[in-house]
Amino acid sequence: MTDTLLSVRNLSVAFHQGGKTTTAVDGVSFDIKRGEVVALVGESGSGKSVSANSILKLLPYPSASHPSGEILFNGKDLMTASDADLRQVRGNDITMIFQEPMTSLNPLHSIERQIAEILDLHQGITGAAARARVLELLNQVGIREPEKRLAAYPHELSGGQRQRVMIAMALANRPELLIADEPTTALDVTVQAQILALLKTLKDEHGMSMLFITHDLGIVRKIADRVCVMTKGKIVETGPTAEIFANPQHAYTRHLLASEPKGVPPVSDTSKPVVMQAEDMKVWFPIKAGFLRKVVDHVKAVDGIDLTLRAGQTLGVVGESGSGKTTLGLALTRLISSKGRVSFIGNDIAGYSFKQMRPLRNRMQIVFQDPFGSLSPRMAVSDIIAEGLKVHEPSLSEKERDARVAASLEEVGLDAATRWRYPHEFSGGQRQRIAIARAMVLKPQFVMLDEPTSALDMSVQAQVVDLLRDLQAKHSLAYLFISHDLKVVRALANDMIVMRLGKVVEQGPSERIFTAPQEDYTKALMAAAFNMEAVDVPAVRQ
Amino acid sequence: MAADIVSTDPILATGRTGRLSPVNRRRWDNFKANRRGFWSFWIFLVLFGLSLCAEFIANDKPILVSYKGELLVPALVQYPEEKFLGDMGFLAITDYGSAEISDEIKANGWMIWPPIRYSYQTANSNIPHSAPTKPFWLMDKAERCSGYPQGENDPGCTLGNLNWLGTDDQARDVAARMIYGFRISVLFGLCLTIASAIVGVTAGAVQGYFGGWTDLLLQRFIEIWSSMPVLYILLIIAAILPPGFFILLGIMLLFSWVGFVGIVRAEFLRARNFEYVRAARALGVNNRTIMFRHLLPNAMVATLTFLPFILSGSITTLTSLDFLGFGMPPGSASLGELISQGKSNLQAPWLGLTAFVVMSVMLSLLIFIGEAARDAFDPRKTFR
Repeated sequence: MTDTLLSVRNLSVAFHQGGKTTTAVDGVSFDIKRGEVVALVGESGSGKSVSANSILKLLPYPSASHPSGEILFNGKDLMTASDADLRQVRGNDITMIFQEPMTSLNPLHSIERQIAEILDLHQGITGAAARARVLELLNQVGIREPEKRLAAYPHELSGGQRQRVMIAMALANRPELLIADEPTTALDVTVQAQILALLKTLKDEHGMSMLFITHDLGIVRKIADRVCVMTKGKIVETGPTAEIFANPQHAYTRHLLASEPKGVPPVSDTSKPVVMQAEDMKVWFPIKAGFLRKVVDHVKAVDGIDLTLRAGQTLGVVGESGSGKTTLGLALTRLISSKGRVSFIGNDIAGYSFKQMRPLRNRMQIVFQDPFGSLSPRMAVSDIIAEGLKVHEPSLSEKERDARVAASLEEVGLDAATRWRYPHEFSGGQRQRIAIARAMVLKPQFVMLDEPTSALDMSVQAQVVDLLRDLQAKHSLAYLFISHDLKVVRALANDMIVMRLGKVVEQGPSERIFTAPQEDYTKALMAAAFNMEAVDVPAVRQ
Repeated sequence: MAADIVSTDPILATGRTGRLSPVNRRRWDNFKANRRGFWSFWIFLVLFGLSLCAEFIANDKPILVSYKGELLVPALVQYPEEKFLGDMGFLAITDYGSAEISDEIKANGWMIWPPIRYSYQTANSNIPHSAPTKPFWLMDKAERCSGYPQGENDPGCTLGNLNWLGTDDQARDVAARMIYGFRISVLFGLCLTIASAIVGVTAGAVQGYFGGWTDLLLQRFIEIWSSMPVLYILLIIAAILPPGFFILLGIMLLFSWVGFVGIVRAEFLRARNFEYVRAARALGVNNRTIMFRHLLPNAMVATLTFLPFILSGSITTLTSLDFLGFGMPPGSASLGELISQGKSNLQAPWLGLTAFVVMSVMLSLLIFIGEAARDAFDPRKTFR
C-alpha cells in the first residue's frame, strides 16, 4: 500500500493573453501515495488551484499550455492521454470537489439525477440499482432522511448539505484519488468542521488518496499527512505535516506560520464617551403571500438587540452566515430602516431621513468585506478617496483635497504617489487599505467593519488587523467589527456579541466568552473555529 | 507592513496623465484588432465627413467667385442677380449656370465650380431627351450634348454639367441627390439615436435605481406603450402635422426610446447593490451623483454596444417612410424617395441601383462597426 498513485513531475503552466505570457506554475513536482492525504498550501495566486486543475486537464486550453511536465497516474501519463482516455479517468478514477457548492451543482436537476448521471456514465448503472446506490451514498455523506431528499433541488439544501452532495458525487465511482479544491472555504466554521470530519472518515473507509488544496493552515494540521507549500508557482517546501509545523525550513513557510492575527484588543473602559447606542433594535422583513400580497409573517433578521459602543473600543459581532450580523451593522449606519432606539453621538437617529443623516455620515464609516467589489473599477484611487470629501467638505480647494487624500493613503501604509492608479493595479490587501483610507479621510468616530479581513490571505489579514488597531489607538475610533472569524475577533474586540438567527446568544467581554463560554452554541463555535472539531449538539444542527 | 507598500514608479508618480484608463485602452485595442470593423469605421467617418461638406461637392452655385476684385462665396452666401448684371438682373437668387452670368463673371474675374454643378433640387434644363435620363457615360458625345444650344461644341457641355448617375423623373441630378440623401439619413439616424438614448437611459436608470413602485408602474406603462401599432400612429400623425425633419424626429422618438430601457434597467438593478455603490451611499453621496458616477458607466457599455444597430434601424425606418410618401416634405433629398422613383421607372434602372448600393453600403458599414464595438466591449473576448 505504499506505492505511488500519482506523480507530478516538473509541471509548468503558462497562460497567454493579449500577446503576453504569464507562468502560473513553474516546475512543480510532488507524489501522492495510496491512502495518503497531501495538502497543497499557499496564498491566492500561488498557483495551487491551477496545479490541481492541470491533473485532469481542466484548464481553459488553448489559452493555457504546459511548457513542460508529466503527470503519471498509475504509471500512465495523463498529459499525453487522448480526450477519450481522460474522460474515463475524470469522475471515475480521479474526482474533484470545488469551493463553491452552489455553482458546482446544476440548479435545474434534482440531486438524484445529478448523482445517478455519474453512475450511468462510468458504470452503466441505471434504474432501481442506481437509486439504491444514490441512497447509499447520501447515507454515507451524512444526509439525514435521504429518501426525502432525492427529489430536492440544490437551492433547497443548505451550503453544508450541498457540499455533502458534491462529495457523494465525487465518491460515486469509488475513486482512487479525490482532489478537494478549498472545499470548506465558503462554509461556516461549524459546518466546515463537520465536512472535514466526514472527509476523514470516508477516506479511511475507502482507502483513497486525497489532494487537499487550501490556504488555511488549521485545516492542513487537522487532515494532511504531508504538506507542499507553494508560493509564486513553485513548491518551496515539502514534508510530513508534523515536521513542517514543528520545524519549518523555508523563510516563506515560517512567514506563513507566523501570520496568525496577533495582538491584544483595547482595554474595556466604561469612562469613555458613548458613541453608538441601540436599544431593542429590530429589523423585520415582511413575507407576503396570496393574491392581495398580505403580510403573513416576518423574517426576523435582527430581533431585539441592545448594544453600547464607546470611543476607542471595539465591539465584535460574531455569528454564522444568515445570523443577521451584517443587517445589524447596516441598520446601525442607517442604510436600512429598523425599529427601536438608535443614538449616535447624542443624536437620536432612528427616525432620520437620508437627508437628515447626511451631516452625520462623515462621522460614521463603513469598510466592506470584498476589496474587489467595494472600489469602483472605473475611478482612480484619488477620486475614490476624495469622493466623501467632496460631499462633506466642499469648501476644500483641489490642492487641499489632494493633500488630505495623500495623507490618508500614507496613514494606511500606501505610497501616496500611487493615487493616480486604478484599483485593478493593486493586490487584495492594498485594495482593502484603500477602502480603509476612504473611510479614514473623513476623520470618523465610528467605523463599521463588515468582515474586512475575510477575503484576504492569512499574512495580509494579520497586517490589516495591525493597521486597524493602530488607527484605533491613534484616533480613538469606535469599531463595530463584524466577522465569522473568531481568531481575528479575539485579536481586535474587547466586547462581543454572539448572534444566531437574529438574536443574541451570548454578550459580554470577549475575554470571558473566549475562555469560559456559557452557551452550548458558543462552545460549539469555539471548538469548530480553534480545533476544527465538530461538536454534535442540537444548537448547531439546522 | 513595509512589504505591502507599492514601489514608486517614476512614470506613474509624476501625476495624472492624459492616457486612457486601462479598461478603455484594452477596448480600443480590441476594436482595432477587428480589421473589418476598424476599416468600416474609418470609411464611414470619411463618407460622413464628405457628405457634411455636400455644398462644396454638389451645388448649383460656385464655391468661390472673384468678381471685379471682390471675393464672393456663393455656396454659403446668397447674392441677387443685381450684383452682377446691375439693373438688368431681376432674380433674387443668381442662376450662375446661365450664359449671361457666367460670361459676365468670366469677363471680370473667375469662378471655381464644385465637381458636380447640381444641388439636390436643381433641375437640368439641358437634358438630351425626356427625364429620367441615363448616366452620361452610357451615351455618345453627340447624344449627351444634344440638349445644349450649340450641341457638341457648347461650352456648357462639360463634365461637371453632365449627370454622372443620370437624372430622376424631374430632371434632378441623381448623384447630387444621393450625397444629400446620405447626409440627411445619417443625421436623422444620429439625432434619433442620441435622443432616444438620452430618454431611454434616463427612464431605465430611474426604474432600475429606485425599483419598487416606480419600477412597477413604469414597466406597465412601457408594456402598454410599446404594444401600440406604431406605423398606423405615424401615418395618422403625419397626416395631421406638416411633415418635416423635426416633426418626424419627434414622432419616431415617442416610440424608439423604449428599446434602451430594458438593458439599462437591468444593469442598474444589478449594479445598485454593488459594494462600491453602498460605500458611496454610506459616504452620504446623493442619488443623482451615484447614478451618474457609479452606475451609468456600467450601463453605458451595454448602451454603446447597442448604438450602431439602433442607428442603422433608424435610417431604415426613415427610408421606408419616405418610400411610402409619409416622410420628409416633397422635394427634399431622400433615399426612400429615390427607391420609390426606381420602382415607378423600371426603364431607368440607375435610380433603383444607386439607392440600393448607397443603402447597402451604409447599413453594412454600420453593422460592421457595431459588431466590432460589441466585441471590443466584451470582457471575455480575447484576440490573438
